[in-house]
Amino acid sequence: MTTITLRNLRKEFDDVVAVNGVDLTVRDGEFLVVVGPSGCGKSTTLRLLAGLETATDGEIRMDDRDVTGTEPKDRNVAMVFQNYALYPHMTGRRNITFGMNATDSFTDEEIDRRVAEAAETLDITDLLDRKPQAMSGGERQRVALGRAIVRDPDAFLMDEPLSNLDAKLRIQMRAELTRLHAELGTTTVYVTHDQTEAMTLGERVVVMDDGEIQQVDPPQALYDFPENRFVAEFIGDPAMNMIDVAVEGGVAVHDAFRIPLPTGEAGDGKNVENGTAAESLADPEAGDRRKAVLGVRPEDLHPARDRPDLGETTFDATVEVTEPLGDSLLVHCSVGDATFKMGAEPRSSLEPGGTVSVTYDPERLHLFEPETGEAFYHSSTAPVTSDRLERVAND
Amino acid sequence: MTNAIQYTKRRFEALKGAIAAGDEDEPLAVTGLGEGVGVHLQLWLLVGMVVFPILVAVVVSTKQQGIVTSLPDLIPGTYAVENYREAIVDYGFGRFMWNSLLMSVVVVVGKLVISVLAAMAIVYYRVPYKDLVFLFVLFTLLLPVPVRFIPLFQLINDLGWGNSLLAITVPYLASATTVFILRQHFLSIPNSIVETAKLDGVGPVKFTLQVLIPMSRGVLVGVSIIMFVYAWNQYLWPLVIIDSEANQVAQVGLQLLQGDVQGGQLSWSLVMAGSVLTLLPPLALMVLFREPLLETFAIQQK
Repeated sequence: MTTITLRNLRKEFDDVVAVNGVDLTVRDGEFLVVVGPSGCGKSTTLRLLAGLETATDGEIRMDDRDVTGTEPKDRNVAMVFQNYALYPHMTGRRNITFGMNATDSFTDEEIDRRVAEAAETLDITDLLDRKPQAMSGGERQRVALGRAIVRDPDAFLMDEPLSNLDAKLRIQMRAELTRLHAELGTTTVYVTHDQTEAMTLGERVVVMDDGEIQQVDPPQALYDFPENRFVAEFIGDPAMNMIDVAVEGGVAVHDAFRIPLPTGEAGDGKNVENGTAAESLADPEAGDRRKAVLGVRPEDLHPARDRPDLGETTFDATVEVTEPLGDSLLVHCSVGDATFKMGAEPRSSLEPGGTVSVTYDPERLHLFEPETGEAFYHSSTAPVTSDRLERVAND
Repeated sequence: MTNAIQYTKRRFEALKGAIAAGDEDEPLAVTGLGEGVGVHLQLWLLVGMVVFPILVAVVVSTKQQGIVTSLPDLIPGTYAVENYREAIVDYGFGRFMWNSLLMSVVVVVGKLVISVLAAMAIVYYRVPYKDLVFLFVLFTLLLPVPVRFIPLFQLINDLGWGNSLLAITVPYLASATTVFILRQHFLSIPNSIVETAKLDGVGPVKFTLQVLIPMSRGVLVGVSIIMFVYAWNQYLWPLVIIDSEANQVAQVGLQLLQGDVQGGQLSWSLVMAGSVLTLLPPLALMVLFREPLLETFAIQQK
């Protein structure tokens, strides 16, 4: 039961900045997932938390303790690695107890009891007498989890623990991790590059890029209200379509189409950051017309004949390629100089080269600044979460 | 060599499969078989070349005189027991063997301890300029013991170690090769294992004894065998520094067997008996530990 606070955390390797001023609070008992492309500093952040790397600058606190310079063994955290890190010459049981013996704070009976408990929880009782060589990947990872559990740490740190497993096992272990966390309630920081894993596991998800935090939010908020282009394109598969447009008087204008931007119940002051008032769409400097990037997820675009309920505004696009995904048909389209992807009914008869009339979900439009990539408009209103209030208060 | 054997085995398996499956591609099968036989022929030829002199030594050690001038001289004689008894008992060869064994074991153990510690320091500790230090260790390969004879001789005599076990072991204790092999092995151990130990609060001594050494068992055994054979085969340095027969090692003792026959014919059968005796301990080790030995020097597929 621990709250972990990172303040302006920096880590430099020679001339490379791996972590560039990270501020983050991991709440007591939370399952927090850190996700980002490789080299974004997520693993380094985790290793800083574990004490395996020394911070160049900044502060790490666990509850009220400043652990920035503390040795790894004195932080009372347990880490689970991608390659399991089991000692190959020891049996499952010995692997689990080896670290417990080191600290000498457990009696023999207590060790036995804890191992039995952990083995029960993870269903690894029959693996205890086997060596890692005789275990499958999933079994090894479960033993590694067992090793982390028995020490009763203040926090679990997991570094892509499922990446070495095959797809089926990964999904199974994912569910198991969620169950385990519900059972133990230990603060967990989980690092992954897989956005599906991040969305399914995390109570909150941290998206990192280039050593900096891009956004921290619950998975659905991340998907619905990305704060910038990076998050918008990173979360969601297939990625969000990005089309250069101009905004004129509350309408997104492209050579080939015009999309009116709904302004909702504008100006009630509640949706601070995502102020959707028509006037906020206009650039204060450039006047009425400004450049923007329109973001729409493929799953929010539809052939007009499939979804007549979405309104009158449609535009015609040319079908380039179709990719059947089983549960849907992904259609690559082009319109003017822009290309985009669209989700269609799985058995739609859309032929490459043909023309399709496209409609969209007006609730699910996003606009981004072309230069900074910041989101300045979401067509629906973001729910007011404590995270957002916190952030606004900090600004 | 094992690779070639493995290859041959695979070829035969593939062939059997093809034949069982009623593969009618006859010419391919024939060339395949021919290739297998060819590999075996080559192997036998190579093994024969290596083993032939040793076989001759064994044969000669069973003869009375041991002069080989024609092919019929290579028929084993009946003086085997007599020759070996004479070498061991009359010439004190047992004593030489014991000295050699003692020297080799001390050298191996000392080298292992020093090399493991050195490799650990180089791999796991933050030592300033440790790459430079490692380079310097490798640099000592350019200065083997024979090159250092004169200063070493002086040093050992100044220390008063002349004619002792210390004189023939201490100069061999530092081994750049072993440090290098162990360093490479330690580097191949996943970092996360070391980090897990760190997080668990496993101290360096416990880590070394209970994780690092058990995980390096194969390499350590392999390296030990190589070092044992190397130490066992030392000739020149013991010849120079040891001047009493009681402390002499087997390789130098061989020469004593030969030199004893004053003026007349030297007894080759006796010399060969001694040679075969000195051959036995390394051979026994090689046979006993061939698996870890191969593991150390084979390219591992993982």
